[in-house]
Amino acid sequence: MTTAAASAPTAAIPSRDPAWRARLGWAVVALVLLWPLLQATEFEPWVLVEPANLRVSAQFLASFVPPAHDRDFLALVARETWRTIAIATAGVTLALLVAAPLALIATRVLSVSAIGSADGRMAALPALARRGARWLLIALRSIPELVWALVFVRVVGLGPTAGVLAIALTYGGMLGKVYAEILESGDTHASTTLLRNGAGRLQAFFHGLLPTSAAELTSYTVYRWECAIRSSVVLGFVGAGGLGQQLEQSMKMFAGGEVATILIVFVVLVALADRVSAGLRRALG
Amino acid sequence: MDMDRHAANPPFRLPPRLFDARCKACWFTAAVIVLVAASFASLDLQWAQFLSLDAARGMARFAGEFFPPDLEPGFLRQVAVGAWETLAMSALGTLLAAAAAIALALPASRMHAGDRAWARAPMRLVLNALRSIPELVWAALLLISAGLGPFAGTLALALHTAGVLGRLFAEAIENAPAGPADALRAQGVDPLRVFLYATLPQVLPQLLSYTLYRWENNIRAAAVLGVVGAGGLGQLLVFHMGLFQMDKTCTVLAAMLLLVALVDSLSYASRRGMTR
Repeated sequence: MTTAAASAPTAAIPSRDPAWRARLGWAVVALVLLWPLLQATEFEPWVLVEPANLRVSAQFLASFVPPAHDRDFLALVARETWRTIAIATAGVTLALLVAAPLALIATRVLSVSAIGSADGRMAALPALARRGARWLLIALRSIPELVWALVFVRVVGLGPTAGVLAIALTYGGMLGKVYAEILESGDTHASTTLLRNGAGRLQAFFHGLLPTSAAELTSYTVYRWECAIRSSVVLGFVGAGGLGQQLEQSMKMFAGGEVATILIVFVVLVALADRVSAGLRRALG
Repeated sequence: MDMDRHAANPPFRLPPRLFDARCKACWFTAAVIVLVAASFASLDLQWAQFLSLDAARGMARFAGEFFPPDLEPGFLRQVAVGAWETLAMSALGTLLAAAAAIALALPASRMHAGDRAWARAPMRLVLNALRSIPELVWAALLLISAGLGPFAGTLALALHTAGVLGRLFAEAIENAPAGPADALRAQGVDPLRVFLYATLPQVLPQLLSYTLYRWENNIRAAAVLGVVGAGGLGQLLVFHMGLFQMDKTCTVLAAMLLLVALVDSLSYASRRGMTR
């Protein structure tokens, strides 16, 4: 009896994988699909361990310790860190100026003609205006901020102006689109009632839509500010000022210690922004 | 006598004071205003240069040079190669990242209540470090050991995305319903099989959805990684922009937008297919 109970489970386990054919087949398909990708990306991991490359990498990494910590450099990093934050903040502020009017135009809930008509459809002209605003937002948002920065560096020269403008345009597009979505997804009963009773669109927005969705709008803006800090570092790489520009210069000079310091500062900055933004968003509920 | 103190109708109230030390929103608003003012004040932005008539004229000329885009077949082929390279970089980078993320997420998550998970905190630190350094910075760093070209870009995407996905995966694994895993563990099944047969099947759709979402993001990122020399469309963009060949820049830019739009719609369709 005891022996039977002990041997029963072992007998139930099949000796080989019943699904091996399917597994092998899918593995082959995956490899066949993967091959062109490996080709196109010149995927040659052995390059990393070639003696010459290995020596350069090791030298560079070794120069990371100790991180640069002389007073002048730390002061420089502190100044550039503030500039990074300032570029992000100024950029998001200008983005708000772009996003708020466009979002108001694009919001379908604030359409008077849709309320007036029997089937809830907008008149031709307002529909066109809303479509146009949406397209403008999409266009602003789909060009990466780095490309905007490259363009503006050509127009206004190196420096934070290009970074601020790049963030303003891309983030204006993102904020505008999401603002319109938030406004439309909220409770629209109050604003519809206001519009039906003859309130203007702005009145309906300020007294009907804004009170219910203000927390969500602010929360999303804070989150985007956090993202803007990250991207303002990246924008520095094309000459738009801030930590990124300093990082690029240090990297070009193979100054590993400086690179290490900047990377540490950057990681701490991002972590802090993350904390601040998460805390604020929790407080907003 | 109660009537004396409380009116039947709410009394006419003054509006709240503009600033109240106990009102958190007031402090928040004040802090935002200070931050914004300090930012604009400290940045020496060249509005004069940007808003002047001269700059506007320069801008108009600059924008005019973009059109018409260069549609010469030879160049289009070059752009197509660049687009394919960008696509391959993003796909392979995301794939590598997903594999690395699973490997990193397992030690970074507490599998069950009794799990001591000693590696959880250090692993999360690693994931956060990977995540907080942007792809572009990774690419610039990797150029030193991987050389110019798409390989550095692929690795850069993989490293950053591994951090992002690792954290998301770890959270998905920790939040999976514990019932099936507990049942297997009570039978004495080893941890690897518990994961493969109880936890993974439950979280797999979520992991796939995260990965697809990141892929979508990575296409955008891969398109601009070339700016630091890591291959793809970005490299073409910077090259032609540097030579002030704006018609070619326009073509590359159009290809970028097209690629992103294509992948967006593909990913949207497949995610809808999966969640349905």
